[in-house]
Amino acid sequence: MSVIDVRNLRKEFTVRVRAGRLRRERRTVAAVGGVDLRVERGEMLGYIGPNGAGKSTTLKMLTGVLTPTSGEVRVCGLRPVPERTRLALRVGVVFGQRSQLWWDLPLRDSFALLRHVYRVPADAHAARLRRCRSLLDLDGFLDTPVRQLSLGQRMRGELTAALLHGPEVLFLDEPTIGLDLVSKQAVRGFLGELGRAGDTTLVLTTHDLADIERLCRRLVVIDHGRVVHDGSIAALHDRYGSRRLVVADLDTALPDPPELPGAPLRRVEAEGHRLVFALESASAAELVAALGALATLRDISIVEPDIEEVVARLYGKEGPPVNASGRAGGPS
Amino acid sequence: MGSVTATVAPPTGSNVILWFRTFGAIAGSGFRRYATYRQAALAGAVTNTVFGFLRCYVLLAVAGAAGSAAGYDREQLATFVWAGQGLLAVVLFWGWTDLADRIRTGEVASDLLRPVHPVTSYLATDLGRAAWACLPRLLPPLAVGPIFFDVHLPTRWPTVPLFALSALLAVVISFGCRFLVNATAYWLDDVRGPQILWMLSSGVLAGLYFPLPFLPDGLYLALQLATPFPGLMQTPLDVLVERGPGAAQAGLVAVQAGWAAALLALCRLVQRRAERRLVVQGG
Repeated sequence: MSVIDVRNLRKEFTVRVRAGRLRRERRTVAAVGGVDLRVERGEMLGYIGPNGAGKSTTLKMLTGVLTPTSGEVRVCGLRPVPERTRLALRVGVVFGQRSQLWWDLPLRDSFALLRHVYRVPADAHAARLRRCRSLLDLDGFLDTPVRQLSLGQRMRGELTAALLHGPEVLFLDEPTIGLDLVSKQAVRGFLGELGRAGDTTLVLTTHDLADIERLCRRLVVIDHGRVVHDGSIAALHDRYGSRRLVVADLDTALPDPPELPGAPLRRVEAEGHRLVFALESASAAELVAALGALATLRDISIVEPDIEEVVARLYGKEGPPVNASGRAGGPS
Repeated sequence: MGSVTATVAPPTGSNVILWFRTFGAIAGSGFRRYATYRQAALAGAVTNTVFGFLRCYVLLAVAGAAGSAAGYDREQLATFVWAGQGLLAVVLFWGWTDLADRIRTGEVASDLLRPVHPVTSYLATDLGRAAWACLPRLLPPLAVGPIFFDVHLPTRWPTVPLFALSALLAVVISFGCRFLVNATAYWLDDVRGPQILWMLSSGVLAGLYFPLPFLPDGLYLALQLATPFPGLMQTPLDVLVERGPGAAQAGLVAVQAGWAAALLALCRLVQRRAERRLVVQGG
């Protein structure tokens, strides 16, 4: 059974807009417009989309904070809204922009309180806290009130707080937002470890695609409340024709750029001294061998496709080609 | 990572004991959270004490040469004022906007992600806060008053435990009212209107500005039975100054208990309604 099973999930909000001096019109806005999603135990899922796409709204419906307008949701086999308190014992949530810690209390006290709130046996609590303390390096600020922590320190505290009751699913809503590079790496490293252990399902929303590339094998892209891609990052590149590029620097310029099978020429730079090919069916070795026969190579580099570029193209469109690859499901 | 992610072990021990343990832990955290603001507590105690003198002189002037007003003698009036000044911060009439603030900023989402009902967890925190307030806010006026005025000291032994119970119920009633006022933020976003209404009505109708028996008998009775306000202050103070026979006092405390239960039920109902239409602010 899937840990998360979502069918045709919708959330509509009613907004009032001015329509004349005194008159206000009610208008319905769909924040989430029919999302289908199944996540298996131990999966690490990246859930991305532009601002206002419905990512956080989906997460709030999955945790029972918001009531869906329609659709079926099961998380750990429970219905999130009516069984919210039971579900809370089995999931952990980190909101990057909000704190679930107690502002006035030191981290240590917050953690002790969480043990009672979640009714965790003392030995299990101590063991988990010990692991988090060493992995997230908490000892330096365990006795500092939360209001005095830096953002990076607080986020490490938030992660610990979300994990102390041993959740089966961890929802992370932009956990690296505003963090410096070192803190980001610490958080990513920690989540990576968590994912490798394999018994916690991770759902991660973020605007930082490096988070996704490092952590998630599966990527769900949502735009205007609909899933526009569901599959691996490689599938996304395939789908949008983004290829690895081979950049060849030549000693002498080729006046007539060659046509090589399986590796179309993308650009000619530096007055013919630099040729950029996209790798389609040809391998890099074949391409280099073919080029070597035509000219003297000075340098060769291979550039990985840029995920940000692909995703930006995805966001920009009204809708991508449907069913181009993998588990893609487009707007219907 | 195994130990971090081990799945939830089923809780051991009876549910009731576990519930009380959780409730106690949250109340304890409420105590510690408020105990961090010691200078504010000191400043509050000084203010309460200064206003105690003011109110005491005014009420004693009302009693005048006759030596009594609305059935209170001078000693009873002094106790009424000084204990009232102490109770003010314990019961906490004003200045609590935690829930409204969290609704406005969307932080309330974190409260809903806990396995404890929000009303229960806010109540436990508030009882912890009230327990802390007993030390720096209740004791100073109780200690200062008798130095400068003749006060009424309890003559019947049940008075003290009954007063403690009545004060506890007053905190619960006050919490219920404050929670409801704050919860209007689910619908209104800005709760200043309901806050001002609550400030005005609670001060006048709870017996803070003057003892309610100063009002006509019918009106006082109507307030007692039809509103929770006298339960905020008038009832515990009447218990403490031993106004009327013991049975009547126990009756008033029973009315208080009824109001406390009704308000908590209403809080849960309002919270459930609010959750159904909740919009988490700020994405």
